[in-house]
Parts: sequence; structure tokens; C-alpha cells
Amino acid sequence: MRRVLTLYRSSVGKKIMMAVSGILLFGFIVGHMVGNLKAFQSHNGDGTHPLDTYAEFLREVGYPLVPEGGLLWAFRLVLLAAVGVHIIAAIQLWSGARTARPGRYRKEDSQVFSYASRTMRWGGVIVAVFVVYHILHFTTGHAHPDFEYGRVYDNLVIGFQNPLVAGFYIVAVGALCLHLYHGLWSVFTTLGVQNRRIDRIRRPLAAAISVILFLGFTSVPLAVLTRILTLP
Amino acid sequence: MKLKLHIWRQTSPRSKGDFQAYDLDGVSPHMSFLDMLDLLNEQILEEGGEPVAFEHDCREGICGSCGMVINGIAHGPEKLITACQLHMRTFKDGDEIWIEPWRAAAFPVIKDLVVERASFDRIIQAGGYISVRSGSAQDANAIPIPKADADRAFDAAACIGCGACVAACPNASAMLFTAAKAAHLSYLPQGQTERLQRAADMVTAHDEEGFGNCTNHGACQEVCPKGISVDYIGRLNRDVLKATLSGVEVTTR
Ligand code: HEM
Ligand code: SF4
Ligand code: FES
Repeated sequence: MRRVLTLYRSSVGKKIMMAVSGILLFGFIVGHMVGNLKAFQSHNGDGTHPLDTYAEFLREVGYPLVPEGGLLWAFRLVLLAAVGVHIIAAIQLWSGARTARPGRYRKEDSQVFSYASRTMRWGGVIVAVFVVYHILHFTTGHAHPDFEYGRVYDNLVIGFQNPLVAGFYIVAVGALCLHLYHGLWSVFTTLGVQNRRIDRIRRPLAAAISVILFLGFTSVPLAVLTRILTLP
Repeated sequence: MKLKLHIWRQTSPRSKGDFQAYDLDGVSPHMSFLDMLDLLNEQILEEGGEPVAFEHDCREGICGSCGMVINGIAHGPEKLITACQLHMRTFKDGDEIWIEPWRAAAFPVIKDLVVERASFDRIIQAGGYISVRSGSAQDANAIPIPKADADRAFDAAACIGCGACVAACPNASAMLFTAAKAAHLSYLPQGQTERLQRAADMVTAHDEEGFGNCTNHGACQEVCPKGISVDYIGRLNRDVLKATLSGVEVTTR
């Protein structure tokens, strides 16, 4: 633990923590995207939807070895910790960088760094705001017009029938994928995992993963908007 | 050719600087950028003004002192050269040119375009050394070094400490410089003894000097007159991680 704290004190250490927490969050996002695709399965015989059963499975998995919802909560706590580390380190590094570069250049450099790398910070803020809204929307239902606990599929279709909501999801997922595009490329340098083979594939790899995630996530709101997914 | 120059003028570290505009005629395309500034200073002196202070020494791209931001780009628009190697033929008659000092908290402006880069020296002092037996030097070829490693060490050692990497970085991070200085030792057998200690100490010194953190933009690599690669930063990061995992304590200064 002391070593972790010593590491955290340096700028490189903070970045390493951001990389590690980012990898965790990335893992969650991949799982989440794949889980969402269950929305495209047809209803079970009893009128429930595989998405509902899947959500129930997540709540009950591990029972009776652990209390009901135990694993889900453990998982949520790990995610929350990862989000915390990621955001706190980002804010500390951000403020350090601001002090380090007090003035701007009169003619701002048209230097060739990518749009994605320049928008990591504000893009991250957008994703964070989205996550809060998203949890109030689909998990707790506070931001949902007609929320019914456990009826995940219905909640989702009703939620996305509002084009503004669906549009916001698509924009936010776009911001997330841009964030991941730079993050997935950058993480190799931050952790010093590099050799000739990796250097060749890391850019296309980051691009491919981000595009797949974008298509996977946006397929659900788009399918609701185009009435491919409807209430039974 | 005739130019309109906007040059940052600042009388002392604490005073507030500003741009001042100058018209300069009779610039030859064969002049270097610094020759052009010399011409301007002659004109200013004739008019009884205070010449523009800028740092220079070798005027051939090896001392690293002539750094300035030209039209928003450190060392100007041409790649892989310093400001002193930039020729006026890069510009056209009637061009407007904005000239500014490096802007970073760790590089305070001394006067006009001259900044203090002593923070770089302190980063090197923190770890840029090796332990050798002095006195009777052993034969230079006694330790075999793989060609690839020798090349990588040499490429890193090409860093002239000009500070363009810091100037271009939106975080004013000096990781490219620090990584180059660490790598030119860590690729060689002689640099292994202090390798992890060096990584931990130099990065700590880098942070303490007030440079920002690296966000892997790569702007440094674009402006570096010596083409230092950001891959060295990855190597330094890994050494910092290894140093922590093996319990290396940062040397307190
Ligand atoms: C269009 C894309 C998305 C859809 C359709 C979607 C759908 C859902 C649904 C239906 C839930 C609630 C599951 C339940 O209550 O059982 C949920 C939870 C969640 N989603 Fe998403 N999501 C999307 C994108 C994202 C993104 C991009 C992120 C991350 C940045 C994210 C993070 C979360 C989090 C943190 C939770 C809460 C998990 C928990 O409570 O354990 N979602 N999502
Ligand atoms: S790394 Fe390149 S840009 Fe930075 S100080 Fe060294 S030579 Fe200059
Ligand atoms: S004056 Fe020496 S590098 Fe330009």
C-alpha cells in the first residue's frame, strides 16, 4: 500500500492509476455493450424479456454463497472505486497541467495532435455527467417517465421512444468512444507496454474497438427510434 | 522581402510583457531566422530603441539555446530543425510573423524571448549520471553493446535540451526531455546500476520543477528538432512502475 501511495505521488504514478482504473472501466463497458444486445432477442414464453431475466440473474448470481445482490454490489463498489480513482487523478493532473502552462500562445499552434487527445478532459466530463443521468434513468428510474422495477426491456423501449433522450445517449456514447479511442491507444505508452508489433497495431486496434462499441451501444436506441424494438 | 513582425517584449521576469509590431525591410531569403532578428535589432538600435533579447550560441542546431515559438510552432514551421536553422525562404514577402518565448511556469521569461531553462539542469542532476571507476578508464570496447541498443541510446542522446517539447505540450510537460535523458543511459550497460533509481528521481524532479503531466498528445515529438520519439516516454514510465514495485525510494534532495 505504501508503494502504491509513493507511486501515486508522481505524475507518472497518477497516470498509471488512471490507466489501470480505465482498463477496469473498459472491461465493464465491453460487457455492458454485449449485455445490451440481449434487447434484440425475442420475448420469453411468459411475457418477460431475456433482458429482464439477465438483469435478475446479475442480481442473484452467487446466491446462496453470497447474499442476494452481493456480487452485483461488490462489482458496483469496484466500479465506483475505479471511477473515483480515474476522476480524482484526472482532476489533480488537470490542475497541475494548468499551473504548468500559465499563458497561451497568441497564435495557437495548429500542431497535429488528434481531436480525441485534445478532448480527453471535457469528453471525460461529458461521459461522467451521462453516467449519472443514465443511472437515474435506467437503474433507479428517477429520470424515467414510466419506470417499473425489473421490467428492464420495457423501461428501455419507453425511455428511448423519446428522440431527445435517444439522441443524448447516442451523442454521449460517441463522446465515450472518442475518449476510449485515445485512451486505448495511450494506455500502451503509459504502462510502457511497447514493441514493434504492438506499435503497429495499437492505433487500428483502438479505432476498431471504439467503432465496434459505438455501433453496439447505439444499435439499441436506434432500433427503438426506427421501431425495430417495440413494446410487446 | 518585407515583413511585419509581432514580437513579445518583456523587460524582466516579473513584468508584464506584450507584443510589439515592427516593419522590417530588406530581408534576404538566404538569411537564417536569427540573421533576420539581428537585422531587426540593428534597425531598432539605429532608432535608439532597446534590441530584442533572444538566446543563441552555435547557430547550427546543436546548442539548443535559440528556442522561440514562431507563428504558434516551437522552432517554426519546418520539421527537425531549430530556430537558428530556419531560413527566411520559408516565408513570403509581406508575411506577418508572431514570435513568442516558450510559455511554461518552469521556464520563466528572463527577457523578451529568453527563458530560464535551469529546471532542465536540475532534472539531469537528479539522475542523469552513472557510477564508474574514475582514474584508469577501461578499454572503450571492453563491454559489447548490441547495435540496436547503441542506436537507441544514441538517438536519445541527440537531445539538445532546447525545451521545444515543453513549449509545444499543452500540459507544459517535460517528459520527452526527461525520457530522452534517462534513456540514453538506460539503454547502455553502464547505465544499469542506477536505472530504476534514476527513473524515480528524475520524474520526481520533473514534477517538482512544475512541469505538467504527459497526456500522450505527441506534440513534443512533432516539434523536437532532433526527432526524439515518444516511445522513450513509455520506457521511462515502465521504469518508474518497476522502481515502485521493487520498493525504490525517491532520493530526497
Ligand atoms: C446506448 C447505450 C447504453 C444502454 C442502452 C445502456 C443500458 C443500461 C441499462 C438498461 C442499465 C440498467 C440495468 C439494470 O438496472 O439492471 C444500465 C446500467 C448502467 N450503465 Fe448503461 N447503457 C448504455 C451505455 C452506457 C455507457 C456508455 C456507460 C458507461 C460510461 C454505462 C454505464 C452504466 C452504469 C455505470 C450502469 C449501472 C450499473 C449498475 O447499476 O450496476 N452505460 N445501462
Ligand atoms: S527532447 Fe527534443 S524538443 Fe525536447 S529538449 Fe530535447 S531536443 Fe529539445
Ligand atoms: S543557436 Fe544553437 S541550436 Fe540554435
